[in-house]
Amino acid sequence: MLIASGEVLTHKKYGEHFHSLTLVAPRIGEQVAPGQFVNVSCDGNRSFILRRPFSVYRVHKRGGWAATIEIVFDIRGPGTKHLAELRAHSTVKLLGPCGQGFKLPAARSHCLLIGGGIGAAPLFFLADELRNEGHRVDVIMGARSIHRLLNAIDVRRLASVSRITTEDGSMGQQGVVTDVIDDMVERCSSDIVYACGPHPMLAAVAQMCNERALPLQVAVEELMACGYGVCMTCVIPVLTGSSRSGSEERVYARVCTEGPVFDGATVCWFESEGRVTPEWAEPSSSGSPSRTGADAPQAELAPPGN
Amino acid sequence: MASLAAELGPVALRTPVLLASGTFGAGREGAQFVELSQLGGIIVKSMTASPWKGKPTPRMCETPSGMLNAIGIQNKGVDFFLAEDLPWLRRQDATVFASIAGNSVGEFVKVADKLRTGGRGIAAVELNISCPNLEDQSNMFAHSAESTAAVTSAAVRALPRIPVFAKLSPNVTSLVEIAGAALGAGAAGLSLINTVFGMAIDVEDRVPRLAGTIGGLSGPAIRPVAVRAVHEVHRAFPEAPIIGQGGIASASDALELILAGATAVAVGTANFINPRVALEITQGIEAYMERHGVASVGELVGAVKLAS
Ligand SMILES: Cc1cc2nc3c(=O)[nH]c(=O)nc-3n(C[C@H](O)[C@H](O)[C@H](O)COP(=O)(O)OP(=O)(O)OC[C@H]3O[C@@H](n4cnc5c(N)ncnc54)[C@H](O)[C@@H]3O)c2cc1C
Ligand SMILES: Cc1cc2nc3c(=O)[nH]c(=O)nc-3n(C[C@H](O)[C@H](O)[C@H](O)COP(=O)(O)O)c2cc1C
Ligand code: FES
Repeated sequence: MLIASGEVLTHKKYGEHFHSLTLVAPRIGEQVAPGQFVNVSCDGNRSFILRRPFSVYRVHKRGGWAATIEIVFDIRGPGTKHLAELRAHSTVKLLGPCGQGFKLPAARSHCLLIGGGIGAAPLFFLADELRNEGHRVDVIMGARSIHRLLNAIDVRRLASVSRITTEDGSMGQQGVVTDVIDDMVERCSSDIVYACGPHPMLAAVAQMCNERALPLQVAVEELMACGYGVCMTCVIPVLTGSSRSGSEERVYARVCTEGPVFDGATVCWFESEGRVTPEWAEPSSSGSPSRTGADAPQAELAPPGN
Repeated sequence: MASLAAELGPVALRTPVLLASGTFGAGREGAQFVELSQLGGIIVKSMTASPWKGKPTPRMCETPSGMLNAIGIQNKGVDFFLAEDLPWLRRQDATVFASIAGNSVGEFVKVADKLRTGGRGIAAVELNISCPNLEDQSNMFAHSAESTAAVTSAAVRALPRIPVFAKLSPNVTSLVEIAGAALGAGAAGLSLINTVFGMAIDVEDRVPRLAGTIGGLSGPAIRPVAVRAVHEVHRAFPEAPIIGQGGIASASDALELILAGATAVAVGTANFINPRVALEITQGIEAYMERHGVASVGELVGAVKLAS
């Protein structure tokens, strides 16, 4: 992971809503793998202080020239608003590459990539890498409407077979991505699924893959303060150990460090919505799982801060 | 040459700049950016007698010039610290402050006992007493002079050779009274301040932004509160060594706390934005000292000029 500054090479837009910044970031560009992210400092206003995480959407490793990375985003709040105002030659501070990327298949595989809205960003870089390594890439891309689809033209170019779904039917098939998964898996003989997008979509995709015994890798998002593993704000409940040996337990894993890419079968999708008090614990050093017992206080007994 | 060495009561520090508890883990993740031996020290994430799972998400929320957090002290417990983190920290030649948390005096003592017997090389202990005390209707230890004295004296007794710093909460009516209670109970010094309690609401969904509802506010937003707290306590107890913390993001922020009466400072939330910030702050303090002809950083402690 590096602390670097990135000069804006270009700022462009994909469709009505999505902004794209191509940043000159040679060392990060050389190291980054699909699914990893960069934590971008949105300086210039001291009233919001934290960095913002963005998936790397594309990398251009030009021979002899400095590598660039591209991020895409829509405007949600002050951080993305600030980034959307940047023009060529502005610089941003970057921390990256952060987190664990997607695992590429060892043997030649048929890969089904499923993306929702702007969350689909890391799939483009992934598709490039998968194709470079000789894998087949098929894509399902979904969004609320045509305006929320990320670069549908490129999807067609990248994929052997592609399917688009929109909830309002403004492009492709009316509906959601899970409506077409079975059809695509059969048609493309998919061996493995890669997904990223909004949490409810990922939960639904994970359930389908589970039922069909399809391996799934997901990239998830969670609120992050540091992006490099020190603050413990970004966690998601996951299963570790094995159910067969009885060592399985649910732990809070850091999305920024152990993720953002997880094995879809290990993520506890519904408990992670956050408003329920989960009853699991961190693994103890001795290896003996420490469930909520006499000495593990309920979450409410922990201090409000810290 | 300006000397950055600081005498924090019985603890000799290479520089006055520490890393605040819970904002740099046990140093491993950040070690790729900064050599821990170049800093004054690291106050590790608070540890408990057995592992704590932490709270559900969302655990954080950004607020103007700061953030709220409600992590729930997710940590792997004192045994893990002693087996894995401490040996590693010692290999880095880091000055280590161990931070203890718990829900009863007994839990604090359990951790302290283990640190006494297995914690060779620990420079000092910080008590995170901004924790609910189950033996006192779930009030925070740090919110009552009696609870503060009880937990501090128990920890001091359990740790005869390791200096104990009580980390106080600003969410109280009389900070000076509680500081006095901690010092009276044998604390070698004080850490000021822990986070300021706060809350944020998502008005569209009409729900709290944190799963824990109430959280701890940190970052530049709380710096004036920290400066005031250090000033008040230093005026009342000029001999007590103070680790000033709260909202430090630059050398001048750190100097504010030192001038208010802190012998050392700890950098927290700013680490999240720049993992090298503590080192940059140290360099900034050194530059300030050279600019102002200050030979030793100790000369600056409490040196604010007050209109009398
Ligand atoms: C690993 C990862 C990859 C991401 N990749 C992309 C991407 O490629 N394109 C894109 O548009 N967005 C992406 N996001 C979401 C992006 O980080 C948020 O949209 C952005 O932080 C919003 O900042 P803001 O100031 O505009 O909004 P605000 O909502 O005002 O932000 C307030 C705070 O909440 C945090 N926050 C808000 N939404 C999210 C979120 N979904 N995830 C994490 N933190 C959030 C912000 O970082 C900030 O600290 C990603 C998030 C993660 C965790
Ligand atoms: C995410 C987070 C986790 C924290 N965890 C702890 C902790 O475990 N123990 C503790 O004593 N203080 C903890 N703190 C408080 C900090 O150590 C520090 O006292 C406080 O944040 C004020 O300093 P700052 O404004 O520089 O962050 C935590 C703060 C944050 C933001
Ligand atoms: S964002 Fe800080 S630990 Fe993940």
